[in-house]
Amino acid sequence: MLTAADVRSRLATLDGVTIAEGDSPLTVTVPAAQWATIATRLKDEMGFGFFSFLSAVDWKEEGLEVVAWIDNTDARLSVVLKTRLGAGGTTCPSLAEVYRGANWMERECFDMFGISFEGHPDLRRILLPDDWVGYPLLKLYDVDTPYPPYR
Amino acid sequence: MPAPIWKEFKDLQEWNELHKQRQTGDKHSETFETLTEGLHQFPGGFVLTTVTDNFLNWARKSSVWPVTFGLACCAIEMMATFASRFDVERLGMVPWASPRHADLMIISGTVTIKMAPMLLRIYDQMPDPKWAVSMGSCSNSGGPFRHGYHVVKGVDRVIPIDVYVPGCPPPPESLLNGLLLLQDQIAHFHKTGKKAPPTEKVD
Repeated sequence: MLTAADVRSRLATLDGVTIAEGDSPLTVTVPAAQWATIATRLKDEMGFGFFSFLSAVDWKEEGLEVVAWIDNTDARLSVVLKTRLGAGGTTCPSLAEVYRGANWMERECFDMFGISFEGHPDLRRILLPDDWVGYPLLKLYDVDTPYPPYR
Repeated sequence: MPAPIWKEFKDLQEWNELHKQRQTGDKHSETFETLTEGLHQFPGGFVLTTVTDNFLNWARKSSVWPVTFGLACCAIEMMATFASRFDVERLGMVPWASPRHADLMIISGTVTIKMAPMLLRIYDQMPDPKWAVSMGSCSNSGGPFRHGYHVVKGVDRVIPIDVYVPGCPPPPESLLNGLLLLQDQIAHFHKTGKKAPPTEKVD
């Protein structure tokens, strides 16, 4: 049975990967360039087959951070993958090829934060109307932006 | 801490500005107007029109059919009102699943910017004369979601409202009271197209 220590030791050998303390969940911060490769390794080599969710955090001047939670349901392990896009960065590799569940999550993330996921098969707005201007979950978004005739 | 002065709130000022003029949603029936005016030419003609008005209003208020249109959690309370315990059928209301046959629209829940055009479209499909009841804080003013990015700050920015029912959500008794107020308003409906003023809005 795979343990959290195994996952930790396998991931620790990779470049640029930092793992925070605590095993449930394992919080793994990776460089944006290796985002998809590490997800692929977790899925294929370590059996993390269940994609729970993907979202983003706006850290203002420090830029955006993409967060994904994936599970290994057999070993009962969870990994939180995080990556920083850097100040002003809005592009991130897509996980839609690795996990099919990431498809709509990334569309929502694009809808709310304006992050364009490279390699996504169908990146367009999913919740908001098509004519919406701006990305409402960014800290800079003004909720009083006019939207005639309703606001 | 000093008590807030409500008139200084930007939102309320906005609302006042918006409600200086009521939207004219109702179409006048030209034939009916001419007929009534003609009858008024005869001495005592107004007796006939008054009696007819009263009869028509009695008929209208005794068969208000609400369109089944639920938006959020208020819809659960609306369903409870329509069910056997509170029994709106004794007031002549039949929840009807088509806007073409309905007289009343109960807006039960948060109206989002994406939903507002659909709501307007359903309202437009209802034949005149028609009424609308705004149920709950969300459709009255936006409620707890007022400062959200996607919420219409009160459904009266989209369609004209006759009765505002406060509450979050209003219990079936509240909604029933609102419906009785609406019946009262319909009883004072003059000729065609003229409505009684809406009830005072409480957020």
